[in-house]
This record gives sequence, C-alpha cells and structure tokens, in this order.
Amino acid sequence: MMKIYISQSEKTCEFQGPKQVKAILKDLDIIPETVLVIRGDGLLTEDEMVSDRDSIEIRPVISGGV
Amino acid sequence: MKCRKCSDKAVLSIPRHNTALCGLCLTEYVQIQVERAIGREKMCTKENKILVAVSGGKDSLALWDILLKLGYHADGLYVNLGIGQYSVRSRKKVEVFAELRNAMWFSQDATNDEGTGIRELADLVRRPACAACGCIKRYHFNRMAVDQDYDVLATGHNLDDEAARLMGNVLHWQQEFLEKQGPVLPASMEGFAKKIKPLYRLTEREIAAYCVVNGIDYIVQDCPLATGSRLLVYKEALNVVEQASPGSKQSFYWGFLAQQAEKFKLDHQSMSERDIALLHPCEECGQPTSSAMCSYCKLMAKTKTHKKVS
Ligand SMILES: [Zn+2]
Ligand SMILES: [Zn+2]
Repeated sequence: MMKIYISQSEKTCEFQGPKQVKAILKDLDIIPETVLVIRGDGLLTEDEMVSDRDSIEIRPVISGGV
Repeated sequence: MKCRKCSDKAVLSIPRHNTALCGLCLTEYVQIQVERAIGREKMCTKENKILVAVSGGKDSLALWDILLKLGYHADGLYVNLGIGQYSVRSRKKVEVFAELRNAMWFSQDATNDEGTGIRELADLVRRPACAACGCIKRYHFNRMAVDQDYDVLATGHNLDDEAARLMGNVLHWQQEFLEKQGPVLPASMEGFAKKIKPLYRLTEREIAAYCVVNGIDYIVQDCPLATGSRLLVYKEALNVVEQASPGSKQSFYWGFLAQQAEKFKLDHQSMSERDIALLHPCEECGQPTSSAMCSYCKLMAKTKTHKKVS
C-alpha cells in the first residue's frame, strides 16, 4: 500500500499501487489545479505512477486570508 | 511528461498555457512573469527601495526571493498578529529565510499591550477575523513603508487572490472596490505608499511549485482563522471552472484589467486626483482616510470602549 499524506488538513490515507497521480486525485475528489503532489523533495506531474512502496504528500496550494 | 522547452523531465503541467515545465524552466518562467508584471505596469525600478509584506507563506516568500534574485533592493516586513502557534511558526519561517539570504527585515508586533491577538480582537468588535487582520496589516505595512522611506510596498497577491476578489466584488457589484483592484495603487498622496502586486500573473499553484523547486521553506498550514472565509469559497468555484476550461481565471482578471485601462484613458480625472479630493489625514494617526478616523483607528477605538465596559 502507498502512503498518502494530505498536508494542511494533516490527514493520511492509503491506496493499492501502482496508481497514476491523476487517478489518486480523482479517487480523493481533489481538483489537480488546487494541489501539488510531492514525492521525496520532487514534484510529480499527473501522468506519473506511484508504486506500493511510495509515500507521497498531497499539498493544497489554496490559501484564504486577505 | 517532458518539459516543453528543454525536454527534461517536467515537474509541473500548466494547462492554461498548454505547457509543462522542468524545475529550471519553471523557475525561469516565474521570474520572467514577475519581470513582465513589473515592467508592463511600471511597478518599480532597481533604484527603488522595496518593502515586501511577508507572512511566512508561499506567496510572500517567493516574491521576496524572486525580487532579490532579480537584483532589486527588497527588505521584508513581518507583522505579528498573535495567532498562537501559527504566528510563532510563520515568523520563524521568515527569520530562517532572511538569515539564509542575509536579507534585511523588520518584525512589527501588532498584538496590543496585554498581548491580545487578532482572534480576541475580532470577537471584541464582532468583525470577521480576516477583515480585522487585513485592516491591521495594511495599517502597519503602509506606516512602515512611509516612515522608513520605502518607494514601494510589495505584496504577494497572486492571480487566484485577485480573480477571487474580483469575483466577490462583481457578485456584490462593489463599484468603489472594483476601481482599486489593479496590480498597482499609486502613492496618491503624502502618507500613502505606492502598492504593487508583482505576482498577479502567476497562479497559487505555480508559486507553490516555485517554492518547492527552489527549496523555499514556507508555512504550509493555512491561517486557522481563515477557515471558511469568503475568499476561499470564490477560489474553489473558480478552480472548478478553471479545471473545465483552462485559462478562465486569467481571462477573467486580465480581461478586467484591460477594460479598466481603457476606461481610465477616457476618464480625465485620474485615480490619484480623485483620491486627493476624497482623502485627508486621520485625526488620530495622520494616515490618509476618507472619513474622520481611519479604519485602523476606528477598530482600535472600538476595542478600547469594549474593554472599559467588560
Ligand atoms: Zn525545461
Ligand atoms: Zn488613523
């Protein structure tokens, strides 16, 4: 199982890999425009595959305030 | 996915430009957009002293980083609003950032004598926290810029911020706010600093990606008081539209700017002329305002009377 950490809300979840970034976001009901997907210290584009051994961070980029 | 410019591995796809970029090309793209914004809108020159309003978040730190890299004289100003651990951590991010770059910055404490933070303040005057916070920050940023002789005050407002604000202003037809929604607000009179938004051509996602690629350590958690803010609702709506039709955000905001520019050409009285006709010094603090007391001093006066009662 791959480990997914959603920063900002500090939630975690798991998925069966391998799975494409685009599919992960779709399953989590997340609009790609609103997040970055990070593995290690690198960014992943939507076409990339995430394997069972991977840990990724989904980082929302939308901030509120003024 | 490959970088459309150099065929290296892409790190970010940018649907609104129908492109994808590697880390180096993304960095170059972001810097070019900022230079273009500064040049086209005549924001400032390399001879100017710029004060950057920094919060420890992605936008303001990216802006500061870009301005320094492009060779501008840019110092930072952080305003501590006393939002518990959030303020402590965000201030630390600013401190580390500045230290690494040997950059000059100020820290302004906006909690009052008894250490009351913005949360308590907002409760006290029954205003949304973001409104009170925005008012206090604007006051301190402007004051510092004027007192320390900065030529311009730069903020990290991005395309998403401006498009969301425009959506709010249009939904409620707030004509008087629409007029002030440009990326540059001139120093219309003595006591008002010129304000610029060099990131208005870039989306939040592009700026966040710039931070990750360039190792800028920013505070990822959003301000706890912003939860459920109006602006977030508009951003969400715009992102749904953007996803279905890439480029919508920029055509909405940039289209508005183009129309405003046309309007000003026809309008003989410039914004600063109109401002001067309306503004005079606040009777409390001397900063320009259109009523007897500026909104910051009104807020402070309210907190004082509330305290006397309680
Ligand atoms: Zn490239
Ligand atoms: Zn005042």
